[in-house]
Amino acid sequence: MKAVITVTGKDTMGIIAKVSAVCADKGANILDITQSVLSEYFAMIMLADLTSLKIPFADFVDVLEELGKENGLAIHAMHEDIFNTMHHI
Amino acid sequence: MLNTSDILETINMIREENLDIRTITMGISLLDCVSEDENRLCDKIYDKITKKAEKLVKTGCDIEKEYGIPIVNKRVSVTPISLVGGSISPEGYIKVAKTLERAAQTLGINFIGGFGALVHKGMTIGAKNLISVIPEALAETNLVCSSVNVASTKAGINMDAIALMGKTIKRAAYLTRDDRSIGCAKLVVFANVPEDNPFMAGAFHGIGEPDCVINVGVSGPGVVSSAIQRAGDCDLSELADIIKKTAFKITRVGQLVAHEAAKRLDTPFGIIDLSLAPTPAIGDSVAHILENMGLTICGSHGTTAALAMLNDAVKKGGVMASSHVGGLSGAFIPVSEDAGMIHAVEEGALTLEKLEAMTAVCSVGLDMIAIPGDTGEDVICGIIADEISIGVANTKTTAVRVIPVYGKGVGESVDFGGLLGYAPIMPVNSASPAKFIARGGRIPAPIHSLKN
Repeated sequence: MKAVITVTGKDTMGIIAKVSAVCADKGANILDITQSVLSEYFAMIMLADLTSLKIPFADFVDVLEELGKENGLAIHAMHEDIFNTMHHI
Repeated sequence: MLNTSDILETINMIREENLDIRTITMGISLLDCVSEDENRLCDKIYDKITKKAEKLVKTGCDIEKEYGIPIVNKRVSVTPISLVGGSISPEGYIKVAKTLERAAQTLGINFIGGFGALVHKGMTIGAKNLISVIPEALAETNLVCSSVNVASTKAGINMDAIALMGKTIKRAAYLTRDDRSIGCAKLVVFANVPEDNPFMAGAFHGIGEPDCVINVGVSGPGVVSSAIQRAGDCDLSELADIIKKTAFKITRVGQLVAHEAAKRLDTPFGIIDLSLAPTPAIGDSVAHILENMGLTICGSHGTTAALAMLNDAVKKGGVMASSHVGGLSGAFIPVSEDAGMIHAVEEGALTLEKLEAMTAVCSVGLDMIAIPGDTGEDVICGIIADEISIGVANTKTTAVRVIPVYGKGVGESVDFGGLLGYAPIMPVNSASPAKFIARGGRIPAPIHSLKN
């Protein structure tokens, strides 16, 4: 399965590095990244392939959320199908 | 490939606009539990429910986590108990209610529906016995919900049943008088009841349904409300289009969750109920949608028209998003569960009479309305008869869930807590229809030509 990971919050140095380090550590292969900073507000959307994920997806969601809390960011990982079904017929 | 704005729109709907799946309800047939012996009947019911729905709560939680969308309630609906209990004694029916409660507690679900009867044309001994103990059953359980269908467009209106339900509601209010007459919040009187409704308190598993089925109720008044707000000063044709598109997106998520739940539970998918179900939370109100459409306050003249358009657009958008739509599908207007409705009642803008008119064009009926505790049985019967006749004449589902709050009067309020919300006691026209109700019998089924 693929997941969409969204990261939002105040911009600081090394956000992408931290998130991608966790992805690499847990076996999530990043396929695509869109990122922008608007008046110090950081927003990133990642698409990751989770075929080789080493932990259950629910735990991966928790790990990312925890990482977000530690860094003052909101990080959510969601199954890509929720976006596909809502926006594509 | 997904684009950024689509992703952000979905996340915003969930995080900011209260988009959620209101309920995954597993319908379970209990027809194979029938037994002459009360204890054997209860054992079979308990075993079947706890076995079939064993993984319901866990599956709901797993899906919630994986897709990042809240699934507020996990529930079970069962075959109307009067059909399963047959001629067991009234005490036997209380035993069954307690069994349902025990099964619900074991499963960790929010509610279990189906302690009810279908009496639109007449009453069996079983139905009579069951209805006679509804107040006790509701007082002695917390999670059991009850519904009685007293009329249909094909059969007409069973006025004897309505007379009985007036009595039942009063007694349920009295028996739960120390707990805000909460028994009445778990009891619905229906006309044209749907057999696959996943929403409580009226959910039950109809007799034409498979052995076990998954029905899902979506919600999202906040999402519709925000979309209307963003639309600005467009005309009503454009507004209807925006509501349709939003309803489509909401329902698609419901379809995805339903499909996934059905697959994981190895149970057939039944229907999506595409309802706008409000909660008392700020930003989750149907009344606020109507106000965003341009009304000063919900209940003003123009409310029925706005609601009719909203209801129709929600259905049009939702129908295309799901393979099977059913249940109550439409905008709900439960007073105590909607911050905007509560405000409108407190301001004196929304009356019982206006609510009755609104139910002619939306789902489902006079819902979660607190009325004075001293409202007469005959007046409650009159309220039911009026509401039910709207359903029968218009070939639609209508229902009544009123709570005559024991010991309280107009000017006071009652807090039911949680999703059931908070309600100001509404004034009721107290002129008595007693003689009309006492005539009993059946109001014949309406004619469906010569429409005027």
